[in-house]
Amino acid sequence: MTPASVNPAAASKGFFRRYVFSTDHKVIGIQYFFLALIAALAGVALSLLMRYHLTNPDTKVGWFGALWPDGAPGGVMTPELYLSLMTMHGTIMVFFVLTTAPQSGFGNFMLPLQIGAPDMAFPVLNMLSFWTTALSFVVLLAAFFVEGGAPLAGWTAYPPLSALGAITGPGQGLGQTLWIVSIAIFCAASLMGAINFITTVVDLRTRGMTLLRMPLTVWTWFLTAIISLLAFAVLLAGGILLLLDRGAGTSFYLPAGLLVNDQLLDRRGGSPLLWQHLFWFFGHPEVYIAILPGMGVVSTVLAVFSRKPVFGYRAMVYASLAIAFIGFLVWGHHMFQSGMNPYSAFAFSLLTMVIGVPSAIKTFNWLGTIWGGRIEFTTAMLFALGFVSVFVTGGLSGLFLGQSAIDIYFHDTYFVVGHFHIIMGVASVFGIFAATFYWFPKMFGRHLSEGLGKAHFYATFLGAYAIFMPMHFLGFAGNPRRYPDFTNFEFLADLIPLHKAISHAAYFTAAAQVLFLGNLIYSLWRGRPASANPWNATTLEWATASPPPEHNFEEGVPTVHHGPYEFSVPGAAKDFVMQHEPAESK
Amino acid sequence: MTTTTLSTWAGGQSPFATGTKKLGMWLFVISDSLTFAALLVCYTYLRMASPAWPTPFPFFPSVVLASVMTLVLLSSSLTMVRAVEAMRAADSRAAVRWLLATLTAGLLFVGLHLGEWNSLFRAGVTPFRNPWDEPLFGATFFTLTGLHMLHVLAGMVYLAVMAAGVARGRYTLVEVEVSGLYWHFVDLVWMFIFPLVYLMSARL
Repeated sequence: MTPASVNPAAASKGFFRRYVFSTDHKVIGIQYFFLALIAALAGVALSLLMRYHLTNPDTKVGWFGALWPDGAPGGVMTPELYLSLMTMHGTIMVFFVLTTAPQSGFGNFMLPLQIGAPDMAFPVLNMLSFWTTALSFVVLLAAFFVEGGAPLAGWTAYPPLSALGAITGPGQGLGQTLWIVSIAIFCAASLMGAINFITTVVDLRTRGMTLLRMPLTVWTWFLTAIISLLAFAVLLAGGILLLLDRGAGTSFYLPAGLLVNDQLLDRRGGSPLLWQHLFWFFGHPEVYIAILPGMGVVSTVLAVFSRKPVFGYRAMVYASLAIAFIGFLVWGHHMFQSGMNPYSAFAFSLLTMVIGVPSAIKTFNWLGTIWGGRIEFTTAMLFALGFVSVFVTGGLSGLFLGQSAIDIYFHDTYFVVGHFHIIMGVASVFGIFAATFYWFPKMFGRHLSEGLGKAHFYATFLGAYAIFMPMHFLGFAGNPRRYPDFTNFEFLADLIPLHKAISHAAYFTAAAQVLFLGNLIYSLWRGRPASANPWNATTLEWATASPPPEHNFEEGVPTVHHGPYEFSVPGAAKDFVMQHEPAESK
Repeated sequence: MTTTTLSTWAGGQSPFATGTKKLGMWLFVISDSLTFAALLVCYTYLRMASPAWPTPFPFFPSVVLASVMTLVLLSSSLTMVRAVEAMRAADSRAAVRWLLATLTAGLLFVGLHLGEWNSLFRAGVTPFRNPWDEPLFGATFFTLTGLHMLHVLAGMVYLAVMAAGVARGRYTLVEVEVSGLYWHFVDLVWMFIFPLVYLMSARL
């Protein structure tokens, strides 16, 4: 495995080979980052439309009607259009933002740098996996433009609704088919990425980079890749069967006696629960795919800006391993309401509580890391602290939902919406923001503006809580989720003001993201130039220029002599020892 | 012992001399076996849930034919091993011959299998309908065997590319070994499908 053989396209200088069909992991990482950014903008836009409709269900909006002549006749959104927006919002956010940015984006850029490799193990496969992901995104968006529009079945695509075709609703024809095809393509792309990440970590670590000298980000990308390798394979199987139910007339997910639009369907033998098992066997590990890389980033950022080693590095590694493993055993807690045997519900409840243990270990270790540190409140640090805050908040509401008896009340209410947006959405996005502010200097050679960044942080932090905390109270009051309109229910009338407040918080938080976008665009061209190691950090990506040259390290790959977080080592000349510094300098 | 472990994982080398290509294929095999495992679990789940799952396959011709297919596929694993051994002995001409023999066995398997499918179609067994009034019998049968057959067909293309590459001196032992990993995996999957789909549905 000589460096020269790793990047076959290294010598090519054409524009397309360099920036479009590049095999350089750094370019691919940036491509993933911008794909996720575009997806995030689309996802946020959809959520704003939903929030607007929830609080103004009868208002005529001219351009709704122009955009969706069937979905919003006369400018008033139909329930079907609302559900299609909800489906697309969830799918775009989960797959193309939360799965794509932390793992494929930052992972691609930073993983080879941090383990001292000149590139990923399979550069061409890497390029292929990005373009497959992009194709999958285009196929998904195409659902908006076909006959009947986007699907209605939610990001979980439960059958029978998702398995029956246009008879069950406007988006359930070609739109739902495109959804499944898009997800199947995404599975293939994730498989390619996972193989690449795992192989790279196992085979391409530089000399001295033992497993327990790997930065926690490398550990979490590695474990996330293993989860992807196993979880997406099962989703693919589920998707194949769903596609067959729709296209080949099979009834894997369809029980007998289905009555749709007063029509008795001639399908029988299958079970909708089968899809739920397959889906959540993927779906729950998917939560950890979204959050684990953020945990790695937060561990690093907290250590760097507290000038202290990560507290309990080994415990962090073992906790990550435990989360990755137990994450495969708890899928049933998404199905407490599906009519499962109460004894299984008990087992899934218990395992769900167990996963709280490694999560708590991580939280206490983060607090231990900043305890007594010389804390520097950079924007990256603020987002890392924000991550810990929302992770605790979302984790606590998870303790409610993990118990089957309580979940039966909460399951179809806004409590769940509040819970998973805080823990999966906001926490992961804070991880993405922390990573962006921390690594932007390395990726683009310039700093993001700290002033704009802090304003953006405070607005987003307060805004996110203002949106999602009240949803828990809505849930207590029994406000159902997935409904397009609450104004027709007497028992919900008192909650309308709270809904209005949530909508306004959502507009505010979305508007605050303009600060980030402006900061990003401004800093790409006009940001303060960055040195090779502006944060005085210890890991190997800071041992090369900002941005790094092709093949990453000008003077060949470095040899590692130190652990990943040697800050404030007693007796050392400066307060950080980089991993590649000779052992004597300790 | 500690020193062995240390040097194995100390970086700067591939642990256990497993290079990137071989490791990558192992990972693909793990992932793909999860896909097949999920489908087999579905099949089991649906079969258990059915009050009267049919067992229509007669000993002759169905079970005999499936046994012959199994034998053909198993033999192709042997010829694949011989191809790798030939590469190890630096005899690329023999390796090409063994690769082509493996490919031919794959072709024979697919041919027999399609014949089997054809006779089932004639008997009225399709993915959504069959004479025994259990629609999922055909659905699970064709999904499992169909996905497996796709893997065999992909493997045949893979082996053809390998044979051509070895003949031109483009591929070395590692590449042939990696293609062997894939081929053995496809065989192994059949070793689960054959008893679960054929033998357990045999009319005895």
